[in-house]
Amino acid sequence: MELKSILILIPLLPLFGSIVAGLFGRQVGRAGAHWITILAVAGSCVLSLYVIKQLVFGGVEPVNTTIYTWAVTDGIQFQVGFLVDKLTALMMGVVTFVSLMVHIYTIGYMHDDPGYQRFFSYINLFTFSMLMLVMANNFMQLFFGWEAVGLVSYLLIGFWFKRQSAVSANLKAFLVNRVGDFGFLLGIAAILSVFGTVNYQEVFDMAPSMANATITVPGFGEWSMMTFICIGLFIGAMGKSAQAPLHVWLPDSMEGPTPISALIHAATMVTAGIFMVTRMSPLFELSETALSFILVIGGFTAFSMGLIGLIQNDIKRVVAYSTLSQLGYMTVALGASAYSAAIFHLMTHAFFKALLFLGAGSVIIAMHHRQDMREMGGLKKYMPVTYWTGWIGTLALIGFPFFSGFYSKDMIIEAVGHSHRAGATFAYWCVLLGAFFTAFYSFRLLHMTFHGKPRMDEHTRSHLHEPPWVVTVPLILLAIPSIGIGFFTIEPLLFGDFFGDAIFLKDPEHNVMTALAEHYHGATAMALHALATPVFWLMLAGVGLASYIYLRQPKLAETFAQRLGFIKHILEKKYWFDELYLNVFSRGGVNLGKQLWQKADAGLIDGLLVNGAANVTGRVAVLFRHLQSGYLYHYAFMMIIGLIIIIGAFVVFVK
Amino acid sequence: MNASWPLLSTLIWLPLIGAALPLFAGNQRPDMARWLALLVSLVTFVISLQLWTGFDSSIVGMQFVEKSSWIDAFSINYHLGVDGFSVPLIVLTTFFGVIIVLAAWGSITARVYQYMAAFLALEGLMVGVFAALDGILFYVFFEAMLIPMFLVIGIWGGPRRVYASIKFFLYTFLGSVFMLVGLIWLYLKTGSFAILDWHDAALGMQAQTLLFLGFLAAFAVKIPMWPVHTWLPDAHVEAPTGGSVVLAAIMLKIGGYGFIRFSLPITPDASSHLDWLMILLSLIAVVYIGFVALAQQDMKKLIAYSSISHMGFVTLGLFIAFAIARNSGGDFQGAGLGITGAMVQMISHGFISGAMFLCVGVLYDRVHSRQINDYGGVANTMPWFAVFMVLFFMANSGLPGTSGFVGEFMVILSSFKANPWYAFLAGMTLILGAAYSLWLVKRVVFGDVANQQVSELQDINRREALILTILAVAVIAVGVYPAPLVEMIDPAVQQLLNHIGQSKV
Repeated sequence: MELKSILILIPLLPLFGSIVAGLFGRQVGRAGAHWITILAVAGSCVLSLYVIKQLVFGGVEPVNTTIYTWAVTDGIQFQVGFLVDKLTALMMGVVTFVSLMVHIYTIGYMHDDPGYQRFFSYINLFTFSMLMLVMANNFMQLFFGWEAVGLVSYLLIGFWFKRQSAVSANLKAFLVNRVGDFGFLLGIAAILSVFGTVNYQEVFDMAPSMANATITVPGFGEWSMMTFICIGLFIGAMGKSAQAPLHVWLPDSMEGPTPISALIHAATMVTAGIFMVTRMSPLFELSETALSFILVIGGFTAFSMGLIGLIQNDIKRVVAYSTLSQLGYMTVALGASAYSAAIFHLMTHAFFKALLFLGAGSVIIAMHHRQDMREMGGLKKYMPVTYWTGWIGTLALIGFPFFSGFYSKDMIIEAVGHSHRAGATFAYWCVLLGAFFTAFYSFRLLHMTFHGKPRMDEHTRSHLHEPPWVVTVPLILLAIPSIGIGFFTIEPLLFGDFFGDAIFLKDPEHNVMTALAEHYHGATAMALHALATPVFWLMLAGVGLASYIYLRQPKLAETFAQRLGFIKHILEKKYWFDELYLNVFSRGGVNLGKQLWQKADAGLIDGLLVNGAANVTGRVAVLFRHLQSGYLYHYAFMMIIGLIIIIGAFVVFVK
Repeated sequence: MNASWPLLSTLIWLPLIGAALPLFAGNQRPDMARWLALLVSLVTFVISLQLWTGFDSSIVGMQFVEKSSWIDAFSINYHLGVDGFSVPLIVLTTFFGVIIVLAAWGSITARVYQYMAAFLALEGLMVGVFAALDGILFYVFFEAMLIPMFLVIGIWGGPRRVYASIKFFLYTFLGSVFMLVGLIWLYLKTGSFAILDWHDAALGMQAQTLLFLGFLAAFAVKIPMWPVHTWLPDAHVEAPTGGSVVLAAIMLKIGGYGFIRFSLPITPDASSHLDWLMILLSLIAVVYIGFVALAQQDMKKLIAYSSISHMGFVTLGLFIAFAIARNSGGDFQGAGLGITGAMVQMISHGFISGAMFLCVGVLYDRVHSRQINDYGGVANTMPWFAVFMVLFFMANSGLPGTSGFVGEFMVILSSFKANPWYAFLAGMTLILGAAYSLWLVKRVVFGDVANQQVSELQDINRREALILTILAVAVIAVGVYPAPLVEMIDPAVQQLLNHIGQSKV
């Protein structure tokens, strides 16, 4: 089969599965729905792996092809098409693989849910949308995929639509993402106005010649065009990849079923922003200002969100804040021009974070859908597979040497340490100290859940058991790359020529990754060398402190909480972002609307002008009524007067 | 049908005369009246497709032209013809002709025969508006159209129908009086009532400005623009479902069409001179009305305000052209995107607003309330309805892949070239539109069953499902593959740009 047909098939299979499971769910039944959707996504996964193989080992050139023309107007071509190089292919592989694991897992997790078919339809639709996003070869399609994943995220967060909390969370998620998309769209509009096209390749080809172009924003003076475009696009990324201050939707998104927390809100959709900036490296490289902005936002997110993770008691929320923090790490890498390191961390994170979420889900199933870690403890002996895979995920997350997360996270910290860009020092300290907190909250979770004495009630305890194989097999399959994928792929991805032309570097000689390559002597050496780095000891300190407190001295946590009450309060309030947005934007917006409506629309326009005019007319009419006497000669007389006036006016004005 | 067949006349007079058929059925045989109306509207729609397929985009100028003398003394002609602007709007009109009949099937039970007759007549008159090339003929259709609509609101409307129908009538009538003065002045000036002659007439700046304001009075009320929009929410709230659908889907577009057919080509210099006013009012519509929509408790009012906000994109798309040209030394490159976007927005808003009003109608038929607070958790009892509701309100918030995205996307992209602030303010709709649309969905569709009435709701029946499915297909088709529509519009847009680029002073 021709490569183009394969590429078309990859997103269409899950779209087809989604339509069948969604519209004909009753006809195909529960088993039918999960078989069709799983086979569809499995097909996509196999074909994606084939594409990777062709690109990496088959020597096939990157594909840039048009599927169909969406519209042509004013000489501007809007097309639907694919740009598949190794960067895209890698994303396709990650997305379809994690999606497949989540599909299988869902059979177990959603076993008793009445919306079974609907759920499979949604996650298939998500896979389609995400693939359209990563495979796009133009900004229009990128925006389509961007919003389409947002739609599916909305539908899935609100999957249990009877719950008020769930439908509030999905509205919030959609609106916050729309704020990001607003910036994103302005960025695209700026691109079209400068380049006259929305096609990636054409834009990238012209970009260097536009490096010094400026744009005048009336009232705000002149801006570098590239800075304007890149910050616009990055605001989109801040929405989708939940960077502060647009991060508020992600913790709430945990209202959705756990499989989608793993798939959408950890492994794939939230990394769309990271992927997008990488894809747009030919633009971002041209704006130092934008990259510095990215460094600061990423650093702040990585550090501040990790801190909130320390005090969460809901098992999913801990993982959610961890995700926010890790997304901050990836963003920092982007800001340091270490795009390959960002994508590398994106990939390892996709595996180990999906693993951690699915593991949390496994615990939640066993706990009969209770998520508070204070009611857990001692689950180790009841669910060994979940326990051991949980260990693997945790070690990968904290960056323990030889685990996948170690390679990717260490590289980010090293890279930003080598960067001389404004903001790099701030970001460096954020990600460095972040390592301590990551280790602390990760082991806190591990200990509170699996170790110590069981704290749940007797009824729950007596029913504890490992979930069925559909749940545990995906855990095991995700644990394998969580351990090894870093070790085996670091060399080609970061120091080889894997990405080729997909990632553009303005000054490859002085790039941070080039500097790191000089110190790199193989994956084993790197892991051993880590023992001499501050990151490693900070991480160990975090593990040690968490273990000491939660295994030996549980009272110590309370003592800390009391002594540092004000810090705890700040963290519990999550820096008051939610309160701010709720009061200023939500309530403020509705109040503004009410004021405009009642004062201006109803009061001024209707009250004074429209009905006022009617009243005046009414009064005048009372006067004029006397004219309507009903006598024919009165009317005839008036007609004559009228005619004279009209003809007179005609003569005077028109001649 | 051969080329000499008077296709446009058929599309006007078939429903106008066909309106008599349900009248023959009388009040005693409502089913017969329904079937006859369906027959007439379906035949009209099928014939109108001929217009679409037979239209040749490569030809410059009007097609399917019919011209015969009407009132010789004033050289008023029965002159019809269409270009890439009017064809999509006519097909949209005949499409909704069918939808209205289907939608009224179960929900209108009083005086069915008159209801059907009124809508068929309305359909014919609206086609006439889009096809007329003679100023007086246009005006006759434009005004005559008000009569059936006035009756529809006044007879089948809600409790405040008298206030609403009179407000509707006076507002629009007042606006069009100024236009009539303008039309007569143009006749005196040029000796012709042919719109195309007016396009080429040289006019001084002062004359153009006055004419522009005259047209503005008529079309700004119709579309409607802030601050002459307050008739629309009242009219929508009181109108029966079918009335709201026609009002939102077709009638508002006549305002936009008027700007394209009259204001821009007849008074290009005044349009250029006063474009700041149009842009200002458009942006107020998008942002201010967006906030107002957020505060609504009545579903129909919310959709009405949403319509005003979305129509802001039409006027914005049409009038940013001059600013773009000024920025690039007279080059209109990039302005076409805005005008095409405005046209696509009109078609798309037809589908989406029509569908949203039908959705509200479905709920109103069951619960007899339009208040958001009377609902909650409708998805529990009406799952299929919920699917449509979410789809159409998502489309209303401009989701890519639906038609709602296409026009807004094009207008926002184009407006950036005129001034980044225009794009910024217009882009606010991304947030505001989503906020008022999805907040409504959250309160009506999602959540647990709110009350007894919601718990007793029956999901949509086959007829309702059919209507909503047709509209859903249209919304998605235009969103996924707008090329055929855009291909129809684009040549007309280029022609218009060439025309308005030349000063008439």
